[in-house]
Amino acid sequence: MRALTLHLGLLAVLLALHFVLPAYHHGNLARVMVLASFAMGYNILFGYTGLLSLGHALFFAAGMYGMGLSVQHLGLSAGPALMLGLLSGAVISGALALLALRTSGVAFMIVTLMFAQAGYLTILHFSEWTRGDEGFVLAQAGRMLWGFDLSDPNARYVAALILFGICLMLSLWLVRAPFGRVLVAIRENEERVRMLGYDTFAHKLAALTISGTMAAAAGAAYGILFGYVGASFAAVQYSILPLLYVLLGGAGTVLGPFIGTLFMFYLIDLSSGITTAYMLIAGVALVLLTVFAPQGIMGELRRRLWKGLP
Amino acid sequence: MLLSVKGLSKRFDGLHAVENVDLDLPEGEIRALIGPNGAGKTTLVGMIAGRIAASAGRVTFNGEDITRLPAHRRIARGMAYTFQITSVFARLSVSENVGLAARRHLHGAAARNAVVEALDRVGLGARADQEAGDLAYGHQRLLELAMGIVQRPRLLILDEPTQGLSEGEIEAFQDLIRDLAQETTILLIEHNMRVVMALADRITVLDGGRVLAEGTPEEIHANAAVQAAYLGGGDAAAG
Repeated sequence: MRALTLHLGLLAVLLALHFVLPAYHHGNLARVMVLASFAMGYNILFGYTGLLSLGHALFFAAGMYGMGLSVQHLGLSAGPALMLGLLSGAVISGALALLALRTSGVAFMIVTLMFAQAGYLTILHFSEWTRGDEGFVLAQAGRMLWGFDLSDPNARYVAALILFGICLMLSLWLVRAPFGRVLVAIRENEERVRMLGYDTFAHKLAALTISGTMAAAAGAAYGILFGYVGASFAAVQYSILPLLYVLLGGAGTVLGPFIGTLFMFYLIDLSSGITTAYMLIAGVALVLLTVFAPQGIMGELRRRLWKGLP
Repeated sequence: MLLSVKGLSKRFDGLHAVENVDLDLPEGEIRALIGPNGAGKTTLVGMIAGRIAASAGRVTFNGEDITRLPAHRRIARGMAYTFQITSVFARLSVSENVGLAARRHLHGAAARNAVVEALDRVGLGARADQEAGDLAYGHQRLLELAMGIVQRPRLLILDEPTQGLSEGEIEAFQDLIRDLAQETTILLIEHNMRVVMALADRITVLDGGRVLAEGTPEEIHANAAVQAAYLGGGDAAAG
């Protein structure tokens, strides 16, 4: 109950901020909420199931291109295009899971990394449709959803908040449901879970598919809200970013991905205002955090203050 | 026969860990599996529960050939397996450990009640909210047992359950097993001969991966080959 209040409280605060934030931070926060949704998807696999993927850019891009290409070339409107983005994320993550889950540990990291790179190269290869590195800007007409113009900052913020809210409450529900608790048990000791009679492969398959689909939802939303679809979102840094967000915020906590994304976003934003060597400042801050809060911000909070925090 | 094993063998790189073992376990029996270290006891029950793939042989459970089934499907058919090396979820609470075992076949309030009942039965009721990793070793063994009990298995496989328990805990453990035997069949790997003699209906002795002898505790106690291979004469082998 306390946990539910906390998470709903965050959504209420974010809604209130919609009315008071200055334009610059208002835009930033919309971006952070979408990226945090990506990180929440990542967290289900990494934080709760204990599988470290280095290929989530593939799912983010699957959502983004599934949406973007169907707007651009099939002339679909935003609603069906978003659905198609989600669907391509689900299909690609499910298929990848069937192959990659035959491995574990470092091999799993390598296999996911390879598939994501293959996806990136595929986007470059079919540049006739994807416009390769350059990417393409979505036409205004394709960004109308149920009469709302998603290129408008207000509609964009609310849309980002809705996506974020769905991902947040879904994560909260999932990790407290019996299914999610089996995932946690797999993270802790997979062999024991198997010997309790659970099909651990099926659970990991479902976890990776849910994780990939959530990442794809974020990718599709990112494309439609900010109006641009490009290959850089399929590159390796977009596999590393959610890992960083989750590690900083606290792996295996529902709020961790949001806190981590917010922290990282503003860390780079603020330090780039001070010096052009902003990555140096960001790097030092990251090192300090890993040394003094190895479980991430929310993980540390859980350890010290609130043991039952989901 | 609840469990029937025919010609079960396991070879690791030319080493015969288990060789051509036959074993029949009728419903309701407490069967002890004894033998010196390296006799293949854990490997044998590992093959029965599906943890380890057999090189040859057949396992029949409740009339169904389960040789090709993966572990989780064997467990789902009514086996429960407790680990020799304590393998609880150290960072989860005691009740969540048992809850995971319970929720495979129960839901909601029924699962929660079963958890409370199983923990009370092994005497860990007061420690339900503790982290499992903080429990004393003996208590972790009891937690393993609770995780087995709560599954309401038809066959409960216990791999050295009394290892690390105090004398008093062993007494309580024996009472518990006698009580459990009313409702389930038990296959028990055990080194403590006093426990074996007190609990087992029948004993199977493994040596070098083969069945050396099988019989009632009295027969085994009187068996010259067993004396020579394992017991080392008289009662000296207790513990």
